[in-house]
Amino acid sequence: MSLEIIMAKVFIDNKAYEVDGSKNVLETCLSLGLNLPYFCWHPALRSVGACRQCAILKYKDEGDKKGRLTIACLESVTDNMRISIEAPEAHQFRAGNIEALMTNHPHDCPVCDEGGECHLQDMTLMTGHNYRRYSFKKRTHTNQYLGPFINHEMNRCIQCYRCVRFYKDYAGGKDLDVFASHDDVYFGRHQEGVLENEFSGNLVEVCPTGVFTDKTLKKHFTRKWDLTDAPSICHQCALGCNIIVSERYGSIRRILSRFNGDVNGYFLCDRGRFGYEYINSGKRIQTPSKKQNGTFLPISRDKAVQEIREITRGDKKLMGIGSPKASLESNFLLRQLVGAANFYAGIPAAEGRLIQQVIAILKDGKIKTPSLNAVKEYDAVFILGEDVTNTAPMLALALRQAAKNKPGESARAMKIPDWNDAAVREIVQESTGPFYVATAHATKLDEIATQTYRTHPDNIALLGFAVAFKINNQLPEVKGDEQTEMLATTIAEAMLTAKKPLIIAGTSLYSEAILQSAANLALALKDMGKDTGLVYVVPEANSIGLSLIADQFLDRAFEKAEHGAAETVVILENDLYQRMDKNSTDVFFQDHKNVIVLDYLHNSTTQKATLILPVGTFAEADGTIINNEGRAQRFYQVHIPANEISSSWKWLQRILADNSDLPAKHLDEIIDSLIEVFPELQAIRSIAPSADFREGTQKIPREPHRYSGRTAMHADRNVSESKPPGDPDSAMSFTMEGYAGLPPSAITPFYWSPGWNSVQAINKYQIEVGGPLHGGNPGKRLFEPLENSKDDYFKSIPSPFSPKNGECLVLPLYHIFGSEELSAQSPGIKERVPEPYICLNNTDALNAGITEGNILEIFFNGEKHQLPVRLNAGLPNGVAGLPKGLQGTAGIQFPLWITLDRVNNG
Amino acid sequence: MEKPLTEHIRNDHTWLTLKEYEKTGGYQALRKAVKLPPEEVTKRVKDSGLKGRGGAGFSTGMKWGMVPMGKDVPTPKYFIANADEMEPGSFKDRLLLEGNPHQLIEGMIIGAYAIQARFSFVFLRWAYHAAAKAITGAIREAYEAGYLGENVGGSDFQLDMSLHISQGRYMCGEETALLNALEGKRANPRAKPPFPVVSGLFGKPTIVNNVETLSNVPHIIAKGADWFMKLSKTDEGGTKLYGASGRVKKPGLWELPLGISLREILEEHAGGMQDGYELKGVLPGGGSTDFLTTEHLDVAMDYTSVAKSGSRLGTGTVIVLDDKTCPVGMVSNLEHFFAQESCGWCTPCREGLPWTAKILDALEAGNGKMEDLEVLTFQTHYMAPGNTFCALAPGAMEPLQSALKYFREDFERHIHEHKCPWK
Repeated sequence: MSLEIIMAKVFIDNKAYEVDGSKNVLETCLSLGLNLPYFCWHPALRSVGACRQCAILKYKDEGDKKGRLTIACLESVTDNMRISIEAPEAHQFRAGNIEALMTNHPHDCPVCDEGGECHLQDMTLMTGHNYRRYSFKKRTHTNQYLGPFINHEMNRCIQCYRCVRFYKDYAGGKDLDVFASHDDVYFGRHQEGVLENEFSGNLVEVCPTGVFTDKTLKKHFTRKWDLTDAPSICHQCALGCNIIVSERYGSIRRILSRFNGDVNGYFLCDRGRFGYEYINSGKRIQTPSKKQNGTFLPISRDKAVQEIREITRGDKKLMGIGSPKASLESNFLLRQLVGAANFYAGIPAAEGRLIQQVIAILKDGKIKTPSLNAVKEYDAVFILGEDVTNTAPMLALALRQAAKNKPGESARAMKIPDWNDAAVREIVQESTGPFYVATAHATKLDEIATQTYRTHPDNIALLGFAVAFKINNQLPEVKGDEQTEMLATTIAEAMLTAKKPLIIAGTSLYSEAILQSAANLALALKDMGKDTGLVYVVPEANSIGLSLIADQFLDRAFEKAEHGAAETVVILENDLYQRMDKNSTDVFFQDHKNVIVLDYLHNSTTQKATLILPVGTFAEADGTIINNEGRAQRFYQVHIPANEISSSWKWLQRILADNSDLPAKHLDEIIDSLIEVFPELQAIRSIAPSADFREGTQKIPREPHRYSGRTAMHADRNVSESKPPGDPDSAMSFTMEGYAGLPPSAITPFYWSPGWNSVQAINKYQIEVGGPLHGGNPGKRLFEPLENSKDDYFKSIPSPFSPKNGECLVLPLYHIFGSEELSAQSPGIKERVPEPYICLNNTDALNAGITEGNILEIFFNGEKHQLPVRLNAGLPNGVAGLPKGLQGTAGIQFPLWITLDRVNNG
Repeated sequence: MEKPLTEHIRNDHTWLTLKEYEKTGGYQALRKAVKLPPEEVTKRVKDSGLKGRGGAGFSTGMKWGMVPMGKDVPTPKYFIANADEMEPGSFKDRLLLEGNPHQLIEGMIIGAYAIQARFSFVFLRWAYHAAAKAITGAIREAYEAGYLGENVGGSDFQLDMSLHISQGRYMCGEETALLNALEGKRANPRAKPPFPVVSGLFGKPTIVNNVETLSNVPHIIAKGADWFMKLSKTDEGGTKLYGASGRVKKPGLWELPLGISLREILEEHAGGMQDGYELKGVLPGGGSTDFLTTEHLDVAMDYTSVAKSGSRLGTGTVIVLDDKTCPVGMVSNLEHFFAQESCGWCTPCREGLPWTAKILDALEAGNGKMEDLEVLTFQTHYMAPGNTFCALAPGAMEPLQSALKYFREDFERHIHEHKCPWK
């Protein structure tokens, strides 16, 4: 939460500027576009004054010609302040500081992964330091193995402390620290091993040089300037973090965070950053193929399209299964192909109904759903049911910041500005909250919670209803036991004391009651005049988008199929075996003569296909998806694959091309026809410039102007330079030619500015550092709270959970690495995915004579699963946990009841 | 000449027990103080002119006066004695800790009462084993006698005290690094503001005072500000523990009126130079103060006068450099210490000090170049006050910059003769 904005007039090198008086001098200079070097300061991590690189001269008044050396990041802007960046003393100090930093830096730029996008290189040049006077030995360190994501090269370290400040202070990590002292300080783990924090990948961007680098990039390293980049949206959960996808030689090389001041800001989670590797998998479907005599044989694109046209033409009975992983455009064209009545959201009804409930609340409610980054501004949090760190990781990171707001008030009372991170942390220390977590099992955010409550989903909902009742006694009364009553009173008081209370819930426990109790509670707070926020977590990247255009779910499709509804089913980017149990899915496929599957990777569903089309992942496709807050965002393909892979909607458009109802050809036209059918989605047209947008006459290049080797890279096949592919679907080119200035924010493929080659060139794309992008943060929110909507409280309240004798209710346990199907197939992520297991409460296990490591057999819809037992004291009695979406637990529908007597202790 | 701090300290390595301390009038000041309003105690200490004896010389009463008082202030407040004496050449607090621990504890309790602290700590240098025993014993006695605990000296003031033995870093002597260390964190200095008086240990208002400073407090309360003022030869009140080490006839530690001249300390109390040695220079207040030379012998050893002559009173423990000792070697030794003790937080200190130490090594080994003197001069500017996060590196530059000024010839001889002329 920022202080009130007071304007101030400052003189920088004798030039007057009107600036925001609540900022420090470094931020101010950078926001003015001035170049002032820095290391330890980071717009999200703020000031600590360790590196001393941003020194300037500060003058007492106009008459003061001498000035005093001052560290800009620790100095508040004051009215009529006079400073100099250019003064020789300041220059000399900054160059000297770099010279000192370089005494132990190995100068190994040519072999360093950071070379060419290194903040240290940029800052060194900026200060003008050149010749070395240090002639002694450099200190050296041993590097550590830090797991599959991060490479460690400590000798390059310039000790800016950003890594530990991000990892420990910002992200709550426990296993990275600074050791030893003086010029021997060491940043690493207490011993070699996998970095455990879910946000470790940000070290790659936070580190100003090559100490922490992307290990997945290292496997197929490419310099930044040789990458083709595209603005994209992460598809690994529902939050819609903005990313930059990079490619060379047809393979995806890395993901970086793409700054969006409304959504992810500067950071990403490790699933989002490292989960891309499946795109380069050998299991990718590369060509259309047709099953003939039980084997798949490649067929040409035209033949595939022709065959599908024939199968689907006329009044054939069709069924289309959409996907929450696929874009709105692809889902829409499938709906057009099969007809609205035959189009199904490819998710189980148990999930679909919850998403519909969320959409209804988002659309018609009067509570604000804050954007991800705005979550940080709330000062009291109550989480109902959601294991946020695993279901929406970046939301957990935002909540960790929100938890410090209330304690931060004591710093504000001492007139410490928010940007002074070192000072704020000294005052705030470890205090957090108010922060309440009611979940079915222990979660990682418990460590910052004021109080936790572990119980069955129905009881979580009851607690929510109870708190709502404490706030508004017109609501249905909920009487819990004494402990619950006390907790409800405490939470109600905390929420009412806060200025901005935030309620978090989601679909992960398959409980409609939780969603409703969260809505009631938020509404009750809002009615008490509180600036209340309500965030729902939904399962997948386009869960909301899909459910906006589909109102039938898989259960219904399976039912229909049994009755021979269609002889052809078209399945879009969706492995149904992940969604539904194996037996019913097998039957579903037996019910269809033609199974047309559009997908990226071979999976159990493609095995059942009669025709397979190779489609693009988010890296090879354009499209629009809608995140959990209802924000529509566009993603763009980074390259055109050399094979037959293309956007699903492109395949569908080809199939539909002879159907005169749909003249749409390119992305913009498809969006137009989508809006015709769904006028409430109007906004998606304007979330990014259309394909005919030009800066002057120029397109926006996906490649930086230093891109090298393009005349040579395909010389093994052809020495003449072929015509670069055009892109009729976007205003970007696939080459280095084009507009060199600031592109519109939604189609900014990479960050670069003269003198700023690292990710920190982002400063130059922002209106003020850390603030929104020039041209606004990309994406459009489809729903805003309706102030006038009437108070619609939910009335039905569940009964408290009562355990069944000898039976356990199985709830899903989410794993950031594993519960998302595609990222889990990336080699790096795969190393972090747990083996399937079943989790039991200690008492339940004891009663059933089960101990840790025993093998338990559970039956789900006739299918037998054998799982080792893990004991967890945090689970409530009568509740068991099963990892969601792992190989071996995929397709299990939650919640389910099991008996605990089927133990095979062998 | 009155010696309130040391007059009862015996020379037999035993400490004054509570009974013995009480016989000297001990804990009477405490009984008096807890009957006064806390603000009045602070006022009396302020009026006495007592300045911090740790080296910075800030008014103790003023510091106490900055602690938020009243009902609606953050609590618990903390009161800490900085007994982490690690300044090279300093051994003054050790005498007080080992010889008269109750004097310190009484001062701490009075201070804690003045700011209404609930907890207090003695943060002790790890190597001071005898002091640790004395403090442990004295705290136990003070509890038993009711000077610590629920009703301090029969009042309704409650104070607990414990001893924390440091893990041993010079950095811990910096009061905010001390707080971090006490919290179990890295001993890095903290950002200021907020100052510890408003946000110190665990984010609560905290006073950190030096041992010698606090040992003065009972006497000020017992005998009054005027009496204290008159002990001194200047307008900065009190006595001071002065020490001398190096090749003097009688190295030692003496309690003398504040503001006595350097000459008196060296010639009268330390007995002059050993036979065959000439005085070349002194570090007047420990390793991190500027050299003074023979021309400064008549400087009054108080905070203002020493500052005027280009150095600092610091801890008041004089290190004597003689003519048969290499000044470059002496500075090199000091810079190695400071380079090793840098916490590694800010660039100039972390990188500049080891570089400085390596150049001095090279000079000593006969591998110096004239350009090295430029780099050394650069380092003294680079690590000037304000350029670094705390005072460690600027302090480390004080002996170097003054050595370059007074003993430049000796540096140049190392370069021209390709060896240390003293070896």
